Order: sequence, then C-alpha cells, then structure tokens
Amino acid sequence: MNDRAWIATRKGLFELRRDGAAWSVARTIFLGEPVSMLLPPQPDGRMLAALNLGHFGVKLHASDDAGASWQEVATPAYPPQPEGATGVAWKLVQVWALEAANGVVWAGTLPGGLFRSADFGRSWQLIDSLWSRPERAEWLGGGYDVPGIHSICLHPTRPAEMLLGISCGGAWVTKDGGDNWALQATGMRAAYMPPESADSPNTQDPHRIVRCAAKPEVLWCQHHNGIWRSGDDAASWQEVKTAPLSSFGFAVAVHPRDADTAWFVPGVADQQRIPVGAALAVNRTRDGGKSFETLRSGLPQEQCYDLVYRHGLALADDGRTLLMGSTTGGLWSSDDAGEHWVAVKAHLPPIHAVRFG
Amino acid sequence: MHHARVPHLAFTSQLRRFTTTPELDTSATTLRAALEDAFGINPTLRSYVLDEQGHLRANVVVFIDGQRSTDRTGLADALNADSRVHVMQALSGG
Repeated sequence: MNDRAWIATRKGLFELRRDGAAWSVARTIFLGEPVSMLLPPQPDGRMLAALNLGHFGVKLHASDDAGASWQEVATPAYPPQPEGATGVAWKLVQVWALEAANGVVWAGTLPGGLFRSADFGRSWQLIDSLWSRPERAEWLGGGYDVPGIHSICLHPTRPAEMLLGISCGGAWVTKDGGDNWALQATGMRAAYMPPESADSPNTQDPHRIVRCAAKPEVLWCQHHNGIWRSGDDAASWQEVKTAPLSSFGFAVAVHPRDADTAWFVPGVADQQRIPVGAALAVNRTRDGGKSFETLRSGLPQEQCYDLVYRHGLALADDGRTLLMGSTTGGLWSSDDAGEHWVAVKAHLPPIHAVRFG
Repeated sequence: MHHARVPHLAFTSQLRRFTTTPELDTSATTLRAALEDAFGINPTLRSYVLDEQGHLRANVVVFIDGQRSTDRTGLADALNADSRVHVMQALSGG
C-alpha cells in the first residue's frame, strides 16, 4: 500500500494518508506515549505497536482493525535470569524491530533477544538458540547501554531463513527457522575497536541492514563507520567507499526489484550527528554502489540539524514513494525516488520509525 | 477512613490510563506480599510495577510511611500494622 503510512514517535503513533501528492496525519494513537516500533496492518488488518513507557516498562498493543481500536497483549519477557549469570540483565528494554511472515511475528529487542509469536502477540517465546550463544557476551551497546536487534531481514521465498542486524553484534543468519545461527559479518570493519579486533564480525555495528525482495541474496548495510553491501546472502560483505559527503549514517532503503538501487541519509560523523553543512541530503546509488547521486531538491539546505535514525527512511512497494522522518520531528515525502522532496505539514515529535502499509 | 489497623496500599493515578489500580487493605507483612495482593485483583498491574525478574522497575518508586523502600529486588521491606504504602512514578523516568 502506497497511500498509507505509520510514524512511531516519542509521543505517539501517527497514521498518515496521502491525498494526491500531499501526506497528512489522519489519526493519532497513544498520544503522549513513546512508541518505539510498529508492525503495519497485515492483509487481515491486524497490526502491532510497541510502547516504551518511561516508568512502567515496555508494552505491546494489538489492533484487529488497522489501528481503529487497540488491546494490550503480551509483552516479550525474558526468562528468569540464572543465579550468577554475568552480562546484561535479562530484562526487556525496548522492542526495536517487528516483522511478520507466514503467520509468525518476530520481535527484535534490546538487550539482544529475538522473540517469536505464532499468535500475533498473545504469547512470545525467546529464541534461546541465539540468546545462549557464548558470543553474545562480547556484544556491545550501540546507542544504548545494551546490545539490540534492530533489523530482521526475512527471506521472501525461503521461510526458514532470516538475517538479523545487531548493534553491536554483527549480522546473524539462520537457515532453519531459528534452531541454529551463524555469525555472518565477515568483511565489515569496526573503526571504534582496537586495531587487532577491528575485523571481528561479532562486534560490528551495522546500524541498519535491508534485503532486496526480488534478489534476496543482495543486502545493504549502513554501518557505524561506512556502507557495506553483500551479493552472496551475507557470506561476505564488501565496503562501498564511493558515497559522497559522508558514509556515516543510520538509515538505508533498497529498491524491492532493483538490487543495485539503494538510498542513504548521510550525517557528518559519529561524533557530529548532523547533516553535512547543515543541509539535508539523500545519497542514492543505481549501480550497486559504483556511483552515487546526492539528492537535495525540496530538502532544507540551511540551518538543518535533522538526523534520520535507523528506521526513519521507508520506501513503498512501488520503488518510488519515499518517506523520511527525523529525530527532531521533520518529515519529508518523495514521489519520484528521491529526486524531489516535499515537507509533510506537521510539527511532529522525534520520529523513531516510518513504515508504509 | 481506615479503622482497622492493617497496611494500606495505593497506586499513583498515572497508572489509571493503562489499567485499573485497586486501593486495598492487606494483611501482608512485606512489600512483596502486599503487591501480590494487588496483582491478585488485577494481574495486568504486575508488569507495570515489576519487571520480568520480579524487581521494582527502575523508574517506579515505593513509599512506605513516607520513606522510600530500599530492597528494590527482593521487596522484603517490612510493613507494620498501620503502614501506608504508595506506589509512585519516579521522575527519573521522564
């Protein structure tokens, strides 16, 4: 669906509708409450929203009617922490990713657990085969005190396959529905680690990973210190060094049918998370990263300090319609694959996630 | 008015936008037992006050007779017969 979208923000969930070229807010939900992630309506109208209440913890709400009414459902919960277990507390901090396919909902969380629900959120099971991996002890927080799963790349034709992006725990792949996992971040490099561990796949910080639906062996990654691409289903990753302005950023989107076309939103660097020259720009490649165009038309080019976070850039199934939301509440749309942008007329709260559907 | 000399438990009104908050007299002698009495009335309340390890949530604070409770994991703080227990939001949570 290309004429409806959802914005999860610091102060509520917003439904957007498109009328012609203009997007506007059609409905506000959970106004005032932090919404960290949402699952857009499925074909049967069911959707999920993850709240992150400042005092009272993470809560999950479900709608059976595409957002008109909501009920609180079960929240993913970690099992009792064994006596003497070291490392992060076994306590849910945030739901950071929600994806669904084949009747199963997956939730990626801080502090690093993956949960599965076969009843659309009425109950959840921690995927112990990943949680109990000894490598988890090496994972690091990335933007938060604890590690987290922010990207769940399902496979469009092989239901048992899935890739996870973890900050900071690299990329993990299952090919058997979550029974076994392999660390597949070889080729990535961590500039924030000591030189002798910079190549360690297990402490890479992929800010966001997306998969091309039509060519699922192609994955794009906006990493903490660069852009990487894989053409072999994450068996190897190659750094893309051609992006203009900066290769730092959080968000990435890939065209659903053209694996060579991807969009990025550059920031100066990790120590200065603002647009280069205080002018908002989007980098787009259409040749697999050999070259990029920098797209600025319609975006603020003076005194702009908006940062587009991991889930702040969304591309519709048509491969042309884009929405981009920032951590200072800016929201822009494009109908032509980023050539031209229009500001959505709303002063929104800080935007955590933008999704079509 | 509370004529019986038993502990009394109340929750911040901030919780009412999410779930019902019983106000109750209890025969409990510890904070945890008093909270369990409340969760028995409204099971949904548990996850708002405690995390999945049974600890007080980081940004929830409990006052017993005007003093903050101290055992945030075991919740073994003692109640006496006329204790007044208030479960509040800590402003550290925003």
